[in-house]
Amino acid sequence: MLQFLKDEGVEFLFGYPGGAVLHIYDAIYKQDDVKHILVRHEQGATHMADGYARATGKPGVVLVTSGPGATNAVTGIATAHMDSIPLVVITGQVPTHAIGMDAFQEVDCVGITRPCVKHNYLVKDVHDLAITLKKAFHVATSGRPGPVVIDIPKDVTHPDIKIPYEYPQEVRMRSYSPVQKGHTGQMKKALELILSAERPMIYTGGGVVLDDASEELRTFARSLGYPTTNTLMGLGAFPGTDSQFVGMLGMHGTYEANMAMHHCDVLIGIGARFDDRVVGDVKKFCPHAKIVHIDIDPSSISKTVKVDVPIVGPVGSVLREMNAMINATNRRPDAQALEAWWNRIREWQSIDCLRYEQSDTCIKPQFVLQKLYEITEGDAFITSDVGQHQMWAAQFYPFDKPRRWINSGGLGTMGFGLPAAMGVQFAYPDAKVACVTGEGSIVMCIQELSTAKQYGLPVKVVNLNNRYLGMVRQWQEFMYESRESHSYLDSLPDFAALAESFGHVGMTIESPGDVESALEEAFAMEDRLVFMDFITDPTENVFPMMMQGKGHHEMLLSEMCRDRELA
Amino acid sequence: MRHIISLLLENEPGALCRVANLFSARGFNIESLSVAATEDPSVSRMTLVTGGSDDVIEQITKQLNKLVDVVRLTDITESAHVEREMMLIKVRATGEGREEMKRVCDIFRGRILDVGETTYIIELIGDSAKIDAFIDTVDDRLILEVVRSGSMGIGRGDRMLRV
Ligand SMILES: Cc1cc2nc3c(=O)[nH]c(=O)nc-3n(C[C@H](O)[C@H](O)[C@H](O)COP(=O)(O)OP(=O)(O)OC[C@H]3O[C@@H](n4cnc5c(N)ncnc54)[C@H](O)[C@@H]3O)c2cc1C
Ligand SMILES: Cc1ncc(C[n+]2csc(CCOP(=O)(O)OP(=O)(O)O)c2C)c(N)n1
Ligand SMILES: [Mg+2]
Repeated sequence: MLQFLKDEGVEFLFGYPGGAVLHIYDAIYKQDDVKHILVRHEQGATHMADGYARATGKPGVVLVTSGPGATNAVTGIATAHMDSIPLVVITGQVPTHAIGMDAFQEVDCVGITRPCVKHNYLVKDVHDLAITLKKAFHVATSGRPGPVVIDIPKDVTHPDIKIPYEYPQEVRMRSYSPVQKGHTGQMKKALELILSAERPMIYTGGGVVLDDASEELRTFARSLGYPTTNTLMGLGAFPGTDSQFVGMLGMHGTYEANMAMHHCDVLIGIGARFDDRVVGDVKKFCPHAKIVHIDIDPSSISKTVKVDVPIVGPVGSVLREMNAMINATNRRPDAQALEAWWNRIREWQSIDCLRYEQSDTCIKPQFVLQKLYEITEGDAFITSDVGQHQMWAAQFYPFDKPRRWINSGGLGTMGFGLPAAMGVQFAYPDAKVACVTGEGSIVMCIQELSTAKQYGLPVKVVNLNNRYLGMVRQWQEFMYESRESHSYLDSLPDFAALAESFGHVGMTIESPGDVESALEEAFAMEDRLVFMDFITDPTENVFPMMMQGKGHHEMLLSEMCRDRELA
Repeated sequence: MRHIISLLLENEPGALCRVANLFSARGFNIESLSVAATEDPSVSRMTLVTGGSDDVIEQITKQLNKLVDVVRLTDITESAHVEREMMLIKVRATGEGREEMKRVCDIFRGRILDVGETTYIIELIGDSAKIDAFIDTVDDRLILEVVRSGSMGIGRGDRMLRV
């Protein structure tokens, strides 16, 4: 197995030992090609591998033991599954003869993980091991990527079994053949529609990141001059500072992006899955638009929203072909209509929907993120946990490059941020990596601070400490008449001291005047993990917001923006 | 609408679970499901009967196709096809009812497989509608046990589902 992983080009194995994988650990001990990273909790291992995969595009590889090792990994597997991230997760299993006997540390791992993997395998014969590993890597990384679990009974890895090994160069699976190329006829049809648009909108998502197709997207969008919005998963696929970029769309997207969605006449969806946090009320979604949708997964198409021109294929290849078609025709979009459309969008933009009230006494979370952006010159890898801080990071840190914004969008897994940041730092040891988190989320995988110490990872933790499960509190304020049922976090630790106890640098920042200097100081410590505990305004809410059951044109704006709302 | 979907599955442990899982996880309904090996030991063939709007059926076929163990799939209700289901039904057959039961069985072209002192076991083959009709015809109180195979189907003529 270790030889295979080496041949497959695996750099890191994020894992945690236990009885069922001890043979494998013994093999790990005897080699140093594949670096094993000892985590502190199996969830941490999966998120670390996931962060590594999101930052590099390569599959993240995990090794855990049977039973509790496998169940602890499930949250991380499901997280990767929802966001289509390639992982190969190797789980130990009790020996084949003991399967089904309620043996010590036995769980039906294949059964437990089946609903949250792209595919999984149980290897019962060592002769199948190499080819199954190869299939796992192939399935995880091709088509619409996703996690693959391989469950390996302990006897299969027994050191006494010796069989000849040859690296399987290729793998053929008659039941699995992802689309390689889009349908040219459909592309022509789409282009016809796209070029005849008067109020076009490009809506792109994680698929562009996954396919490393940012360049193709830029060419496409620029040659048309159309407004472009990204989903939470797509941020960075189109430059966040580009003049054609109108911000994120959806529940906490910008006013202009959502208004443009509502009023557009042609919507071009690219590698995005019309998620409910993006669509809002399906009945009110893009009421005037014909919809083109490019996606590699046919089941993403017309799943929630009926589309007019579907194109099944990898975004990169489809956009390359469509860009060539645009080049080859002298038809251009109606410049006058487009100008008028941009004027409307600029008017929506003038509301400045992300404005917030600055304070001299109390740290505003948005302000911390703006300073983080300045100090890192917009060029850091930012991971986040889940909650208000995640939305503010998405809103206030414009990403110009893909794979820089790393967060759990589909599952929304609190605890993801810190291990994911560590995974990124393993891949890019010299890069600036920051984890934007909240005091609620960070404790869900806080144990990984110990792993970070062991491997000397200089991650910067930006804890936006509002003493609340802020996102929950916000919903309670808006929808439950401010009945704050169990959203206040009592008895929080002294985070700076906690970080210090793990051997890191801890800081507590309580005044807005200290935000910038703290960040500067922290990023100057290039070889240390610095935990910055920012004590922020507990009452701040994320705006704008599309409430449940509302359409894109019915966003709730912050009070200071409300008076300027336009029709 | 009622749809009959035929699938060729890799003959792997767990393949059946994946299909069943998909239906429960996504809230699709299954009317019946039957599966067995084929002449090719590496694949098994499954017939799934389901219902739903066109959009739902489209999602069902797309989601099934996405399963790595599904080799090929077709919705045979989209064109001419043959559908058969088999039922074994044990009925109370006493006194005058005994003769009457045999008559009903003959009308439906069923066969009596077992003649008990007070019971018959009847074998009936046909499409599901015919089997439903038989059950409706027989007095509920006389039905003792019902075993249905679930539908199987196959496309007519040159339409074939092969690896
Ligand atoms: C607290 C919270 C708030 C949120 N609020 C928002 C919000 O306001 N706005 C928002 O946008 N999201 C929001 N989300 C995230 C949301 O839940 C979804 O995760 C996200 O919208 C999905 O993004 P996506 O459509 O880009 O799909 P992804 O999950 O990234 O899926 C990628 C799509 O691309 C396709 N694809 C993959 N590879 C390729 C390829 N090679 N070629 C072509 N297609 C490919 C896939 O089939 C899939 O359809 C929020 C999440 C949380 C936790
Ligand atoms: C594992 C997990 N449990 C529960 C939730 C539901 N949830 C979403 S946001 C949130 C609050 C997060 O609090 P915190 O990390 O402090 O972030 P804040 O919203 O305050 O910025 C909760 C509980 C979740 N997303 N993940
Ligand atoms: Mg909080």
